[in-house]
Amino acid sequence: MAALESPQPAATTTAMRHAFGNVLSVLILVLIGVLAFSIRLFSVIKYESVIHEFDPYFNYRVTQFLSKNGIYEFWNWFDDRTWYPLGRVIGGTVYPGLTLTAGTIWWVLNSLNIPLSVETVCVFTAPVFSAFASWATYLLTKEVKGSGAGLAAAVLLAMVPSYISRSVAGSYDNEAVAIFALIFTFYLYIKTLNTGSLFYATLNALAYFYMVCSWGGYTFIINLIPMHVLLCIVTGRYSPRLYIAYAPLVVLGTLLAALVPVVGFNAVLTSEHFASFLVFIIIHVVALVYYIKGILTPKMFKVAVTLVVSIGMVVCFIVVAILVALVASSPTGGWSGRSLSLLDPTYASKYIPIIASVSEHQPPTWPSYFMDINVLAFLVPAGIIACFSPLSDSSSFVVLYIVMSVYFSGVMVRLMLVLAPAACIMSGIALSQAFDVFTGSIKYQLGGSSNSTDNAEDTNNAPKDDASAGKTDKGEEIVKERSSKKGKKKEREPADKPSVKSKAKKKALVLPLETSIVALLLLIMLGAFYVIHCVWAAAEAYSAPSIVLTSQSRDGLHVFDDFRESYAWLSHNTDVDDKVASWWDYGYQTTAMANRTVIVDNNTWNNTHIATVGTAMSSPEKAAWEIFNSLDVKYVLVVFGGLIGYPSDDINKFLWMVRIGGGVFPHIKEADYLRDGQYRIDSEATPTMLNCLMYKLSYYRFVETDGKGYDRVRRTEIGKKHFKLTHFEEVFTSHHWMVRIYKLKPARNRIRGRAKKLKSKTTSSGWSSKSEKKNPWV
Amino acid sequence: MMNLSRSVALISLFLLPLLSFSFSVDNPTDRRVLVLLDDLSLKSSHSIFFNTLKSRGFDLDFKLADDSKLALQRYGQYLYDGLIIFAPSTERLGGSLDSKSIADFVDSGRDLILSADTSASDLIRSIATECGVDFDEDSSAMVIDHTSFSVSDVDGDHTLIAADDLVKSDVILGKAKIEAPVLFRGVAHSLNPTNNLVFKVLSASPSAYSANPSSKLSSPPQLTGSAISLVSVLQARNNARVVISGSLQLFSDRLIRSGVQKAGSHNQYEKSGNEQFVTELSKWVFHERGHLKAGSLVHHRVGETDEPAIYRIKDDLEFSVEIYEWSGKSWEPYVANDVQVQFYMMSPYVLKTLSADKKGLFHTSFKVPDVYGVFQFKVEYEMLGYTTLSLSKQIPVRPYRHNEYERFIPTAYPYYGACFTTMAGFFVFSFVYLYHK
Repeated sequence: MAALESPQPAATTTAMRHAFGNVLSVLILVLIGVLAFSIRLFSVIKYESVIHEFDPYFNYRVTQFLSKNGIYEFWNWFDDRTWYPLGRVIGGTVYPGLTLTAGTIWWVLNSLNIPLSVETVCVFTAPVFSAFASWATYLLTKEVKGSGAGLAAAVLLAMVPSYISRSVAGSYDNEAVAIFALIFTFYLYIKTLNTGSLFYATLNALAYFYMVCSWGGYTFIINLIPMHVLLCIVTGRYSPRLYIAYAPLVVLGTLLAALVPVVGFNAVLTSEHFASFLVFIIIHVVALVYYIKGILTPKMFKVAVTLVVSIGMVVCFIVVAILVALVASSPTGGWSGRSLSLLDPTYASKYIPIIASVSEHQPPTWPSYFMDINVLAFLVPAGIIACFSPLSDSSSFVVLYIVMSVYFSGVMVRLMLVLAPAACIMSGIALSQAFDVFTGSIKYQLGGSSNSTDNAEDTNNAPKDDASAGKTDKGEEIVKERSSKKGKKKEREPADKPSVKSKAKKKALVLPLETSIVALLLLIMLGAFYVIHCVWAAAEAYSAPSIVLTSQSRDGLHVFDDFRESYAWLSHNTDVDDKVASWWDYGYQTTAMANRTVIVDNNTWNNTHIATVGTAMSSPEKAAWEIFNSLDVKYVLVVFGGLIGYPSDDINKFLWMVRIGGGVFPHIKEADYLRDGQYRIDSEATPTMLNCLMYKLSYYRFVETDGKGYDRVRRTEIGKKHFKLTHFEEVFTSHHWMVRIYKLKPARNRIRGRAKKLKSKTTSSGWSSKSEKKNPWV
Repeated sequence: MMNLSRSVALISLFLLPLLSFSFSVDNPTDRRVLVLLDDLSLKSSHSIFFNTLKSRGFDLDFKLADDSKLALQRYGQYLYDGLIIFAPSTERLGGSLDSKSIADFVDSGRDLILSADTSASDLIRSIATECGVDFDEDSSAMVIDHTSFSVSDVDGDHTLIAADDLVKSDVILGKAKIEAPVLFRGVAHSLNPTNNLVFKVLSASPSAYSANPSSKLSSPPQLTGSAISLVSVLQARNNARVVISGSLQLFSDRLIRSGVQKAGSHNQYEKSGNEQFVTELSKWVFHERGHLKAGSLVHHRVGETDEPAIYRIKDDLEFSVEIYEWSGKSWEPYVANDVQVQFYMMSPYVLKTLSADKKGLFHTSFKVPDVYGVFQFKVEYEMLGYTTLSLSKQIPVRPYRHNEYERFIPTAYPYYGACFTTMAGFFVFSFVYLYHK
């Protein structure tokens, strides 16, 4: 508006500046994209171009299937190589967004005669999408506080460690594309809210559909947006734009979400989605109220309002009652276990050990906040304050977003990932506002004349002013066309917009020159620290693929490639249809890398089946053999870190196996494995612990390595050193003993008679004496 | 040189059918049998038994049990298909043989007849223990029965038992009933009741007990009544068969020829049942009878012939398996009405009895249950005396594809109607609302 009122020559110069600023913005955005992509390539440079960790292997396998067999086969894929003998309907239980995205990229590249392997495409999907995510952050923040804040937020997001941890090259997981989808959905929501355009509302529903396809975290969107709508209504900010932003999203979004096989009827049946329907009803009631208010005289309205409100209340009450009845009739209250543990952080540890056992479902520690968002943690409060001056619909949304995500990240480490974009947006706003103020005051102090100050202010605010002002105008035009009531709107709208600022207020913000310069320098230093930390985190902390481990010692770099070694052994030395039992962590890798059937895997959909494997691992050898034999298991794989000090091995996970097994089969009691409440494997350990299968398979022949059996992870000598296996035989132990594979012996051909009684008598006879010759004590 | 190698090749060519004429899947009957004796005089004293074997085509190789050149295998190949140990008093076997190598012999699927006697050596006992048979620990004990002894027992200590409690199995003891009691003098043994691989063929009467006949009983005997087994057989999981007898005299010419009259019974028999008993039992143990062979499990959808890689729930399928029985000379179709197939995933979802067509083909058809998963066709056939058939074949069962469901469900027509009328109503409403003025 300021630009429009300026005289003609000034207008051309500002137009030139805008053009220049836009070109610069585009250039900066391209560079941000390059930065986001390249900072995630450390893993490829330092290690190799491989898929990382556990879940990405499954996604990779699914993508391979998709690229080989096409989308219909993928949709109907019944996988008989996992969860033996139950099998898994992959097409109906997987979020297909990531797979379809990578599959499409691969298909497009191949049809352009760029012959990349599926693996390469999968490895680089996450870095590409993090570039998209930073651009989406730019768009979102630009809608909230102008393009300066947008650029700052985008550059922060491009290298925020929390996001890097899930999107380095090779980390081919749902979150890689889901964070982009999340931010983009929010952007379109804000865009719709600012413009009131039905076009953007439709796009918003489509973006939401993509998010639903990609990640179970879509429930965050479908709860956050209704909350924001409710907030707007409660604070008296209801407008037709809000209605347009919300109502199509719920209707189209729910319909589209129900199309995704894994969601299906859950989109209308589970409690996670009820908030959106409730707010949907409320917004209609409110819309009706406003409509009636517009066509009635104030006196009539007062009569009507009591009528409508009471009817609305009754309807709401009935709906709530129905919901409560529905919810009460289901055992978990209609909530999934993961969602419940979000609402009540102690829920999982109390009732669902399988959720609690996953380390990324644990609450984070304070250092992890500093590690994952670094200086952003200090900038966020400033950003929140900036959002309140002045508070608009869009800035209230980002405030709500950060508040909710801080809470959720406090419950589960994994959801730090949702916090990261919010923190970046807030910090971006804070940084850009601070720079605005400081550079503004420097220019004011240096130039002295009010003319230049005006110009400076214009430049600073110009893109933002222009963009948002133009949009406000457009939005209001639509509003004018669509609704008959104007008066109230007109009064409130300008006050909401950041575009309109009184110059007097701006002048009051001018700071002394020295203070501004020092503050600027400090801010730049803060930014530098952030960059250094991010690059370090990307290079050192988050780029390890976890299937290849390295350790730096005095005599150089050690590489531990035991996982691939043993999976290769399995695929070369066992029959195609052999079943391999292991704890569920290694299920995805075994199917993807060794191509062998597994009993349980990382998709923990059947608690009983996992508990069966947990029970077998915590049982004595014979009982375990029987369990495994009944599942047609041929090989048992355990991961053991005691020799080289790899801490996340099966012995350290063992208590979870006991808990999960004991949850279904009560004869497994956790107390039997603990000595005075302490988990130990040394000579003080309980007999149950020392005789369970996991102990035996982990420590079989371990004493032969150093003569003492010193476990480097538990930092103690093991309790039982010399023992034999009767029902299992060792067939493979990897180079650093990290993976040990055992084969189930077949059932005995004969059953012996009273062997023990006779043995003492027949020591002189042939074969007994022969076997005793091996014994060093005779 | 050339000549030599050619002649070696020729010889081996001639030998080839001979060599292959041994224990194999196609011809399960044993041919080459090693007989270990303590004393070569046993060869004549047990000649009737050995001659029946020879007349059935067995190639018997008599060796002294402590012969230092004894060997069961050479260059990793077994030299014999069967082993008869009639050496109850041998403490140590000659050559490289010990109870371990005899157990290995059985584990390789070959057969064994082991006979103990009073004062059997520890070696014999340990071989028996390996096979799940426990002889009475008191080495001087014998089976004594004061009610069903043979009247021809001249010593008067009632140790010559006239046993007639035989296992009721035509497969093991032949179709012809053994009328005369079987004479037995030797040690008792017992079986672990939980061991389902061994079973009694000849049991003692309820009044029998195991004790030293020449000394007075100081304490109650450990083995009494029908817990005592006189002759037992083991069929190992790999279908190797073992006969363990507590009496060597059971096989002897003297008891085979002698007449028998059971005490308290008026039936007097010219000849004891021993000959028929040992002959039939040797036929069983050397796989001349009761050996089954199954072809692969064949299954396909009804109306198709090829085996699918995967079934869909509720598919109709046909299942068949061919089972043949070895008659001693050739494979004959097996006839039975109790062969069952399971459609199994952790528990049997379908259990059907197969119908036989008298030509060895057993078949049935059923509907795949409404459960998806990785199933197995399982045929587990364990009949007394017959070799165990344990066959399984894995087959996954998938749920419906997305386009295999019914497109329109009749009961849902009201909903379709509601849907389309709402759409039409909305269209009309919009039209009226927009263009009314």
